[in-house]
Amino acid sequence: MDLTRLPGFLAARLAKAAVVILAIVVCNFLLIHAAPGDPASVIAGQSGAADERFLAQLREQFGLDRPLHVQLWIYLKGVLTLDLGFSHRQQLPVWTLIQARLPATLLLTGTAFVFAIVTGVTLGALAARRVGRWADSLITVIALTFYATPLFWIGLMLVLVFSVWLEWLPSFGMSSVGVELHGMAVVLDVAQHLLLPALTLGLFYLAVYARLTRATMLEVADQDFVKTARAKGVPEGRVLRAHVLRNAMLPVITFAGIQAGQLVGGAILVETVFAWPGIGRLAFDALLARDYAVLLGVFFCTSVMVVAFNLVTDLLYAVVDPRVEAVG
Amino acid sequence: MSLLSIEGLTVALPPGGDRPHAIADISLSVDPGEILCVVGESGSGKSITANAMMGLLPKSLPVTSGRIRFEGTDLLALEPEAMRRLRGARIAMIFQEPMTALNPVMRVGDQIAEALRVHGAGRDAARRVPELLAAVNLPDPEALARSYPFRLSGGQRQRVMIAMALALEPALLIADEPTTALDVTTQMQILRLIKEIQSRRGTGVMFVTHDFGVVAEIADRVAVMQHGRIVETGPAKEVLNHPQHPYTRALIAAVPGFPSGEQATAASDARGPMAKDAVLVTRGVEKTYRRGGGWFGKPVTLRAVHDADFTLTRGETLGLVGESGSGKSTLARCIVRLVEPEKGEIAFHGTDLRPLTRIAWKPFRRRIQMVFQDPFASLNPRRTVGDIITEGPMTHGVSRSEALDRARDLLRLVQLDPGAMGRYPHEFSGGQRQRIGIARALAMRPELLIADEPVSALDVSVQAQVLDLLADIRKRLGLTMLFITHDLRVAAQICDRIAVMQRGAIVELGSTAQVFGTPQHAYTKQLLESIPGRGWTPPDLSGTVAA
Repeated sequence: MDLTRLPGFLAARLAKAAVVILAIVVCNFLLIHAAPGDPASVIAGQSGAADERFLAQLREQFGLDRPLHVQLWIYLKGVLTLDLGFSHRQQLPVWTLIQARLPATLLLTGTAFVFAIVTGVTLGALAARRVGRWADSLITVIALTFYATPLFWIGLMLVLVFSVWLEWLPSFGMSSVGVELHGMAVVLDVAQHLLLPALTLGLFYLAVYARLTRATMLEVADQDFVKTARAKGVPEGRVLRAHVLRNAMLPVITFAGIQAGQLVGGAILVETVFAWPGIGRLAFDALLARDYAVLLGVFFCTSVMVVAFNLVTDLLYAVVDPRVEAVG
Repeated sequence: MSLLSIEGLTVALPPGGDRPHAIADISLSVDPGEILCVVGESGSGKSITANAMMGLLPKSLPVTSGRIRFEGTDLLALEPEAMRRLRGARIAMIFQEPMTALNPVMRVGDQIAEALRVHGAGRDAARRVPELLAAVNLPDPEALARSYPFRLSGGQRQRVMIAMALALEPALLIADEPTTALDVTTQMQILRLIKEIQSRRGTGVMFVTHDFGVVAEIADRVAVMQHGRIVETGPAKEVLNHPQHPYTRALIAAVPGFPSGEQATAASDARGPMAKDAVLVTRGVEKTYRRGGGWFGKPVTLRAVHDADFTLTRGETLGLVGESGSGKSTLARCIVRLVEPEKGEIAFHGTDLRPLTRIAWKPFRRRIQMVFQDPFASLNPRRTVGDIITEGPMTHGVSRSEALDRARDLLRLVQLDPGAMGRYPHEFSGGQRQRIGIARALAMRPELLIADEPVSALDVSVQAQVLDLLADIRKRLGLTMLFITHDLRVAAQICDRIAVMQRGAIVELGSTAQVFGTPQHAYTKQLLESIPGRGWTPPDLSGTVAA
C-alpha cells in the first residue's frame, strides 16, 4: 500500500465511522424504549411498594417522564463526552461498571480468538497438505464436530470431564475464592480458570478457520502461479508457505475481522455457563433488570469495537494484499 | 547429440475418458539452439507433453511408458529432489496466462530472486534481477522489480516470466502458448524477444502453440499433434508449405488467408444497388469511465469511446478491429445499451436509440441481436437449448408452438440436429455452443447482428466452420452485421469494410482491400506488421481437403 495516502484514508474512514456509530446509538436508544417495561417499574416491583406515586417519583428522578426526544438528546450529549449515564440499579456510573468488566471479557475472547486462529489455520494447512489421506479425514471430522455442536453443550461436557470427574480444573469464576495469591501464582490461577471457557468459546471458530484454510489452500494450490513456483524449482515446503498459504490467508483475515468485532459482545453464553465476570453477564443482567443505561452502554462499546476492528481489518488487508487500495 | 529426446512417451488418462491415453507413443527431439513448435488444437495433448518434461504432471496422469532424455539423463528415472534441482535451472518453462502466472502478493523482483535463491544463486540476486529485467526490454528495471504484478500489463508480465525462466540460463526453454493471451502487437514483441534470446544464448526451445501464423514466424521444426499422437513432423518450411498428413492439411486450410485486392473489390461491388440504405449511424458517441474518488482525492477517468463515428449500410458487414482496451466492445455495448453512453447519437433506421426509455427500447431489442465471445459463459447452464432459443421470441409475444418450430428450423440452419432442443449446453463442444448462440440471436429475426469476438475462443478448424456459417447466414437472410474482432486475419475473411480502433477512437475506416492493401494510419500499419507469419501464404489446398 502507498503509505503517503494513509492519513487521508484514515481521516475519511474515521469520519464515516463516527457517523455509523452515531446512527447505531440513536437506533439502540429508540429500540430499547420501544420495548415494554422500564427500570422504574422493575425497581418498584422489587421493592414491593409499587403505588402510582412512587412510580411517578422514580420516573421523575431517573428523567423517564420527559419526552423521548429530550431523553435522546440528553443521552447523545452524554455519549459525546463519554458519559454513558448512571445505573440507578447498581448506583454506579455505567462507564465504571463496564470498565470493571471489560478486561475479563477481553482476556477470555482474546485468548479464544488467538487460540482459534493459530490452531485452526495450522490444522487447515495440515489437512490441505494431506488432502484425501487419513490425517485430512480426521481433521475434517473433528472440525465438523466442533462446528455442529452447540457451545453450551461443549462447555457443560468440558466441566463434567475436567472439573467434576478428573478434578483438574476449576469449573467457574475467574479466580479462586478465599485464597491470598501473589505474583506468578495469580497468573497461574487465572490461566487455570481461563482454560475451559476459552476452549469452549474457541472451538467453534477453530472449526471455521480450519475448514476455511483447507478450502482456500486447495483452491489456491490449483492456480497458475503455484505451478510457476514449482517450474522454478522451488522446494515443496516453500511452495506451500510462501505461495499457497500466503494467498490463502486473505479470506481468513476477512473472517477474523468479523470475529474480532464480536470480541466484546459474543461471549454471553460462555460467560453464563462458566460464571465468568465479563461484559456479557453484565448485559444479560441489565436486560433482565431493564437497566437501560447499562444495556445502552454495552451496546455502545460493542459497536465501537466492531467498527474499529473493521477498520483494522481493512488496513491489514491493504498491507497483506497489495492489490487492495486503501480507498475511503 | 540432441539436447532433449523423447522416446515413445505415453501418459494414461483416468479411466472413463474419451480415450485411454492423454498422449501415446510421443517421440520428439530438440537440438541446442533450435525452436521446435508443437502444434495442435485444444485437447491434442501438447500441454501434457510439455508438463511431462517438467515433471509437473498431476498424479491422475501417470507416465506409463517411454523415456525423456535430457543432456544424457533420463528425467523419468530421477528422484523428485534431483528433478527439482533441474527445474528452473537447466529446464525452464513459461505459461499461457501471464495474468495469473505470477504470485499476486509478491513483488516481481522477489519472484525472480526466488528462482535464483532456490538454486543457490541468491547472492547475486540484487545485481542480477535488474539485469534480467533489462534483458527482456522492460523499462526502469529497478522500479519495476519493486512493483507487484497487478501494476503490469499482460505483455510486461510475460516478459517478467521470461526473465524468470532465463535467470539461470537454462539449456532448454519450454513455452506453453506464451503469446495466446496477448494482443497482436505484444505477441509479435514477445516472439521476437524469445527468438533473439534463444539465438544469442543457443537455448533449445520447445514452443507449444495452436497458431500456424506463430509457427511460420519462429519455428525451425514442427511437430503436429492430434488426439494425443504426433501425426506429422518435419522442418517448418516443409510442413507449412507441403503438409502431408490430412489433419495438418485441414488445419492449414482453415488458417484464414489475406484477401487479394480483386476479391475484396468484387465483394463490395456485388452489394452495389442497396449500398446507400443506412441501418445504423453513430455520431459523437462518448463513454467515459470514472474510478475511485471517494471523499478525498481525484477520480481516475478513462475515455473508453470517443470519436467513433461510423455508418452501417444494409447487408454489409463492418469489422471493428482493435486490441484489448481499444473500446471496441464498449462501443458495441453502447449500441445495444448494455452500457449507457453519456453523449452522442445512435441512429437505427433513423431513430436515435440513446434517449429512449427502457420500454421504448423494447421493440428494438428484437431487431438488434448480439452473439457473445465466450460460448461457455454466455448460455445458461440450467436451461435446455430449446428454452434458451425460444425465450426471446416468447417474451416478444410469439406463441410457444411457433417459437419451437422456429427454433428447430434455426438449429438446422446452424447445422445442428433439432434433437439438440432437449439437451443442456454442457453437452456440446465450444463450436456447437457458439452455433447455439447464433441460433438464439437469429430466433429474434434481427435486422442487425452484433458479433463480439464470436470465434476468438474457438480452435482454428472450428473457427473456420463458424465463420463460414456466419457468411452463409448473412447471404441467405440479408443480415447486416457488426463484427468485432482482435484478429485481423478473421476480419479480412468476413468483413466488407474495416474500422480500426485505438484508445477509444476509430483511426481508420475503409474497405477491407484498402485497409489491408494501402493502410493510411500508423497504427493500422503496425497492426498489420504484427500479424504472425505475415510472410507465409498458406498453400492453396482447396479441393484436396474435401475429406
